[in-house]
Amino acid sequence: MTPDGLDLNLLWYFLIGVLITGYAVLDGFDLGVGTLHLFAKNDLERRILMNSIGPVWDGNEVWLVTAGGALFAAFPKAYATAFSGFYLAFMLLLCALIFRAVALEFRSKQQWKWWREMWDIAFFLSSSLSSFLFGVAVGNMMQGLPIGADGDFQGSFFDLLTPYPILVGAFNVSMFALHGAIYLYMKTEGELQERIRGWIWRAFGTFLFLYILTTIVTLATVPNATYNFRYFPWVWAVVILTILAIANIPRAVYLGYPVRALISSGCTMAGLIFLFGIALFPNLIISSIDPKYSLTAYTAASSQKTLGIMAIIAAIGMPFVLGYTSVIYWIFRGKVKLDKMSY
Amino acid sequence: MSFDAVTLSRIQFALTVAFHYLFVPLSIGLGLIMVFVEGMYLKTGLKVYENMARFWTRLFAVTFAMGVASGIVMEFQFGTNWATYSRFVGDVFGSALAAEGIFAFFLESGFLAVLVFGWDRVSPRVHFFSTVMVCLGSIFSAVWIIVANSWQQTPAGFHIVEFMGQQRAEITDFWAVVFNPSSVNRLTHTVLGAFILGAFFVMSVCAYYILKGRHLDGAKRSFTIALAVATVASLLQLVSGHASARQVAFTQPAKLAAFEGLFKTPEGGAPLYLFGHPDPIEEKVKYGVAVPGMLSFLVHFDWKKPVDGLDKFKPEDRPPVAITFHSYHAMVALGMFFIGITLLASFLRVRGTLFQHRWLLWIFVFAILAAYAANQLGWVAAEVGRQPWVVYGLLRTTDSVSKAVSATEVALSIGMFLVIYALLLLVWLYVMNDKIQHGPDEIQEEHQSGGKESLLNVAAELKKPASLEEA
Repeated sequence: MTPDGLDLNLLWYFLIGVLITGYAVLDGFDLGVGTLHLFAKNDLERRILMNSIGPVWDGNEVWLVTAGGALFAAFPKAYATAFSGFYLAFMLLLCALIFRAVALEFRSKQQWKWWREMWDIAFFLSSSLSSFLFGVAVGNMMQGLPIGADGDFQGSFFDLLTPYPILVGAFNVSMFALHGAIYLYMKTEGELQERIRGWIWRAFGTFLFLYILTTIVTLATVPNATYNFRYFPWVWAVVILTILAIANIPRAVYLGYPVRALISSGCTMAGLIFLFGIALFPNLIISSIDPKYSLTAYTAASSQKTLGIMAIIAAIGMPFVLGYTSVIYWIFRGKVKLDKMSY
Repeated sequence: MSFDAVTLSRIQFALTVAFHYLFVPLSIGLGLIMVFVEGMYLKTGLKVYENMARFWTRLFAVTFAMGVASGIVMEFQFGTNWATYSRFVGDVFGSALAAEGIFAFFLESGFLAVLVFGWDRVSPRVHFFSTVMVCLGSIFSAVWIIVANSWQQTPAGFHIVEFMGQQRAEITDFWAVVFNPSSVNRLTHTVLGAFILGAFFVMSVCAYYILKGRHLDGAKRSFTIALAVATVASLLQLVSGHASARQVAFTQPAKLAAFEGLFKTPEGGAPLYLFGHPDPIEEKVKYGVAVPGMLSFLVHFDWKKPVDGLDKFKPEDRPPVAITFHSYHAMVALGMFFIGITLLASFLRVRGTLFQHRWLLWIFVFAILAAYAANQLGWVAAEVGRQPWVVYGLLRTTDSVSKAVSATEVALSIGMFLVIYALLLLVWLYVMNDKIQHGPDEIQEEHQSGGKESLLNVAAELKKPASLEEA
């Protein structure tokens, strides 16, 4: 069923990375819009913010659902270990994702001030908490987890909240906020757009500070981070491209090209997720107890037959997905206009 | 019953899936009605159909958002609470879940954007196409999740191998997994159940409007469409239910014995209890009325041929009888009620007197609760009847739970879900009621706001019939 020599485990390691990247680049801006939501001045502005992501946030979240499904299918042991090990963290994340979805849907259904304020706060908190928890998860995976011989997590919720994961969590909130601000800059006009430009600069400042800090702490305390660089020296090119993408964000904003700025922040995320994948490779979950308990793309995977079937499913499905995702973004291009069916 | 991690995880799963299933069948069923209502708009060009389509879409959007929010919980929960199960079935079950994401969710969520926000951005034909795609997407989603669930009921197309020191199921034949012995029957039954629920929802809202003398034209037209769907689906459900129960008799005999309260394998024909109460201690059905030999006839088309009772199975392999029996019987009784009431209403509708029978309309206002009960009870019967197995005959529910998660943690998350879901349920009911009270836009209003533009759209559309290609 599969051509000889194609390493399906490697392919799926890469494809899960692609799905996570798709999720970060797309849902990243609408989570960021949620974080920025609190800074809007009045009801009209908040409605514009929510409606800027109205038609697309649900589709963006499907990338997370599909990444979860693909992880389950391709690497069931990693899925089982990570999801049960991060139990309370995942429950918090679910709580946040639920509130985010319904806050968007319910907020503008009533005129009452307390109603709208309640959902505004829920939208802000749930978006920021989701962004933070994704970062915490990445931080923990970089550091490794207490995984025993049976493949189960042997710590507790509070073992996950050490300084390094918290730093990565904060960094992720700033990165999504920046991405969201750039997206809003593209979708708005007039006085609001001018103020959002101000938000971009502040978000960029925070992002840059946390990026430098996180990089230094990572290099100093997480030896895995650059271990694989000796085997894949070309990864340095990704490092340089990522830095160039970051540098291009202020340039594009300064010149007034929001689309280029958005592409640059998207590329930044893609680059960082790629480096994260390289840092872990071939592991999915690193055991901090003993490296031989680590779950890798080979020891945690489904059978070759299943990986092959899944590759066919992906090959048939992904062109459609990319096709109608593009169509939707095309139909809803341009500045936000409120109408009867808006939130 | 001790409240260990297994019991608590089961309670949590039952709670979250029952909550999720408040929104799923309504999305699928309402989606189908929206296709018909909007199709009538394209066919007739009558404004009233467009207003009704927009109205149903608003209710659909709120429900769909709840379905998405509660659905992510389901996908994550396999890993969080049932890690051992996930490791065992991931090779088989995971691919169905991933296929659901790629084939169904992207389709649904993408076109949902056009369906909800695109009324003034795309032509009516493109909009109709989007409605059809959302409806199809929700059915595709049902296909994959029912395939996965049916594989747990009647596993096929796999073998058990040891991988990295643990036993697990691996796919040997993908199509045998997809078309396992129960998937087609169960998919048909589930989707028809959703159609019935969606149609009863529409009839409930419309009957209310007619009784209150509001939005009469739109309400009567929508009611008629929904009645047609409900009548056909209820009749087909009888056929599908029979096929499904027969197949359970051959593939999961212990479950059928529990459905029917058949404790002992009879010498001759097995009776069919119309109602009663199975007493698991005395091992017989009390206070019941039964048709002798009827079960044997339904299963084997032979009044005399025995059907396996629970005594054919070891005590530790028997499902709980009382819950399974009662939920199954209540579901069947409700199904008969749907057939009766839809046939009566259809007869009166053809005679043209339906909307004068206020008592009947009042029954329809509340019959949506019966449709909900039937959908939920059907799942209770199917899932409790599968116990004590999570994968029938292969993996026990008690062996499936996450080892890394403590009972305290699960108790905490149940508490969280109870609070959130109670709150969300209230808000959802409140918002739905508010939208229903507000009702569809009246036609006069339409002409003042945006109506001209829509008319121009229609006019432009008539000139370029090939606009479907835009999608």
